Amino acid sequence: MASEPNEEVAPTAAGGPWLIAWRRLRRDWVALSALGLLVLIVAFCLAAPLWANEVAQSGPNDTHTLEKIEVGGEVREVVSPSGHPIGPQWLKANGKFFLGADGRLGRDEMVRLMYGGRTSLLIGFAAALIMTILGTVLGLLAGYYRGWTDTAIARTMDVIWAFPVTLLAIALGLSLAIGGLQIGPLHLSGDSIWIPILVIGFVFIPYMVRPIRGEILSLREKEFVEAAEAQGAGPMRVMFGELLPNLASTIIVFFTLNVANAMLLEALLSFLGVGVQPPNTSWGTMMSSGFDLLTSAPLLTLLPGTMILLTVLAVNVFGDGLRDALDPRSKVRLEAHSGLSAAETQEGIAP
Amino acid sequence: MGRFIVRRLIGMVAVLFAVSVLTFLIFNVIPSSDPAQRMAGKAATPRLVASINEEWGFDDPLPQQYLTMMKKVFSGDLISYFGQEDVDERIVEGIPATFSLCLGAAVIWMFFGILFGYLSAIRSGGLLDRALTIVAVTGISMPVPVLAAFFLTYLTYKTEIFPSGGFVEFGESPLEWAEHLILPWVTLAILYVGFYSRVLRSNMLDAMDEDYVRTARAKGLSEHRVMTRHVLRNSLVPIVTLFGLDVGALLGGAIVVEGIFSLNGIGQYAFEALKNQDLPPIMAIVLFGAFFIVLFNTLVDIAYAFLDPRVKLGESAQ
Repeated sequence: MASEPNEEVAPTAAGGPWLIAWRRLRRDWVALSALGLLVLIVAFCLAAPLWANEVAQSGPNDTHTLEKIEVGGEVREVVSPSGHPIGPQWLKANGKFFLGADGRLGRDEMVRLMYGGRTSLLIGFAAALIMTILGTVLGLLAGYYRGWTDTAIARTMDVIWAFPVTLLAIALGLSLAIGGLQIGPLHLSGDSIWIPILVIGFVFIPYMVRPIRGEILSLREKEFVEAAEAQGAGPMRVMFGELLPNLASTIIVFFTLNVANAMLLEALLSFLGVGVQPPNTSWGTMMSSGFDLLTSAPLLTLLPGTMILLTVLAVNVFGDGLRDALDPRSKVRLEAHSGLSAAETQEGIAP
Repeated sequence: MGRFIVRRLIGMVAVLFAVSVLTFLIFNVIPSSDPAQRMAGKAATPRLVASINEEWGFDDPLPQQYLTMMKKVFSGDLISYFGQEDVDERIVEGIPATFSLCLGAAVIWMFFGILFGYLSAIRSGGLLDRALTIVAVTGISMPVPVLAAFFLTYLTYKTEIFPSGGFVEFGESPLEWAEHLILPWVTLAILYVGFYSRVLRSNMLDAMDEDYVRTARAKGLSEHRVMTRHVLRNSLVPIVTLFGLDVGALLGGAIVVEGIFSLNGIGQYAFEALKNQDLPPIMAIVLFGAFFIVLFNTLVDIAYAFLDPRVKLGESAQ
């Protein structure tokens, strides 16, 4: 990777741009602690089966409504006759109901929190991957070919852009959760977690296409493209061999922002009931079901909610540090998803 | 300029048409289940399903169904599947609450976004800047329901400082109107406070390197005057652009906030309709929301053309 053409960095810089970026990142303790937090959260979620089998002895969907547990020699009901779930027991019941039960069904909140995190993280990363790849490819095509390809892509993006992101995601999420999705021989039922992944991956694509297209439009005028074309390189070679490597740092930074946005949208959709569907659990669905008990058991909402907040915060802060390290002058920032930047508005959508 | 506006308006109608077709397709083509079956409910008899199909025209070809749907939306005849309510009427009833929510949130986020961004930029690298950066990044990373849950738990149930929700008309009691709306306002605004202060901060830092700032300093202007009249003023233009677009798209965020705080606006109507998987209101609300976003997009473009003579009218009008 170190031999890639990169005009921004002087060739005399030892080790090439990637090593320089790594050295910068290594000194950025804020970004590194954010990465550390993220690793901890991922490890916590990966440990779900271990905790479920060895400590809590309960799966994420096992109900314990009528069961009683022994807490320090005293027998207590998991769900009281009035329907109130047991609160956090910490280690008093040998790790069972560490964080209490989740409601009338008496499921173990700790186990659900760990399994729910797996779903939320999977959706965040998978959806971010989809929007990053599709956004990059469409931006590349539009910026490289210009002309009618650009017009077609830009107009399609305009229509998607005209939807408020949340409303489009809600509409798609609801529609697909009811009917499932049929693409050729591939059938996804309404409760598959691939439905929120595809919906979230799809709705953010325009936010990625515009800046990528803008960068390609200016990059393709540079001499190295002309040189490659003079050597007989075809469009594919120029796009993926010459232009794409120059976008690498932009794409990496975008990917982290995409993960953060995807996780927030997942939380919102699941909270509204149009994201992850039962029997799957995510932090968003846990917040949604916990909200009904907010007055009596606020932890059931605050715990999964805080997990989302911490994860997204860690991803955002790390992404910011990564951007500073890779390209301190980059215009891609946390703000990129909030809407158009002024430059894009000025540039307009016209080819 | 006149021609530019006319062309922009025609473009707006074209995008709205495309949006309405897309919305229609999302709700009528993707689900493999039969809408009549869904409306008839669990105890559906074949005759009931057939009569619903007849009445709603679900057997007609798609373009015909689209026309019927649009006719119903615009003539106010759209009836929800669930409870058979008049959809347009409910939307109109919800406008005061949604308008109050969005307006208040917008004022809060513009005020604090600009204040925080400005302070961050002039104290760049200092303690205040770092503290405000933490606030901003937390705001950007905050899922809306969590913030609402924190507010309700600690400011409503435990300390009873603020009411848990409900909407009071401004005309009835302006004080209660504000008291009921303050938590929803802050909940909705916090994300944008974060975004705007970050955008403004980086714009101001970029502007400080510009030649005109050096010139202003060389003229002997006070630092305060350089910052407010030159740096801040020039950095605000993109903020105004963002503001137009974000206000247009605010309905999406309003759904969750209104649902949680029972504000009885358009957002809460959408929230209820989602719980019942009731398609007609959602279709109408999505169209309503898209209308605003397209409208504000157009307004921003036109305003930009007035504010910034460098914008080439002919090109961006396409």
